[in-house]
Amino acid sequence: MKPRITLLRRTCREAAALLIAREDRALKLPDHVALKLHLMACDACPKFENQLLTLRAAMKQWRQDGEDGDAASVSGVAASGKPPE
Amino acid sequence: MATFEEQLIEHRIYLMRFARLQLRNDAWAEDAVSETLLAALSKPQSFGNRSQLKTWLVGILKHKVIDLLRSNARTVTVADAQADEEGDELDRLSFKADGHFAETPNDWGNPDQTLQQVQFFQVLDACMERLPPALGRLFLMREWLELSSQDICKELSLTPTNLYVQLHRARLRLQECLNIHWFGKQGA
Repeated sequence: MKPRITLLRRTCREAAALLIAREDRALKLPDHVALKLHLMACDACPKFENQLLTLRAAMKQWRQDGEDGDAASVSGVAASGKPPE
Repeated sequence: MATFEEQLIEHRIYLMRFARLQLRNDAWAEDAVSETLLAALSKPQSFGNRSQLKTWLVGILKHKVIDLLRSNARTVTVADAQADEEGDELDRLSFKADGHFAETPNDWGNPDQTLQQVQFFQVLDACMERLPPALGRLFLMREWLELSSQDICKELSLTPTNLYVQLHRARLRLQECLNIHWFGKQGA
């Protein structure tokens, strides 16, 4: 059974690559499982995952701001936002 | 009650914001928004309320923007020779030789709390503006125009691998920018 476990082992670098890939395409099943296992055992990668999920949710809300009539105040303020230094 | 023309002028600001971010060219953005507003002016009776008008305007704007991207395809497409290098998308994160993060990623906390803050979206806008033009266009073709990977590859003559690498790169840059300009300030 040992080789199987090794097959599902991912380094943080590999897990981070899978997390970014997951934003744009479906992962293959072994990658998906290996990523889940890694996230359960790792402290750093869930933080990286949270960054990606936050960005994903932020883009969704940003996009909908242009479609819902109610969010006009947000776009009004954001339109005058200056780039940060 | 604002007149129809006044309502259009109000909407112009956010239409410009999307058009400028997507096209990264102020003259094109002006064209796309003007054509959109003109199209609305030609049928003022067909909008029930403010929200319907906004939805309609954004829909028309997206079509105008896609037309502009298409007719300027040669300028818009920037082949990135480095983009196919394996692992390149991770070049902005640093890892130790054993594959661990060299530095633990910043804790962004609860997304719901972040997304309630208007200022966060100002910073997000500014960070998108800071993406190099070709990268910004490509990222927003996905995130704003919501084109499929297949369509983006076709429009920009990219291979799927190249597209993914660039999308990943855009996300990492945005994360980096938000880390510095938003999440960095939180703990300080």
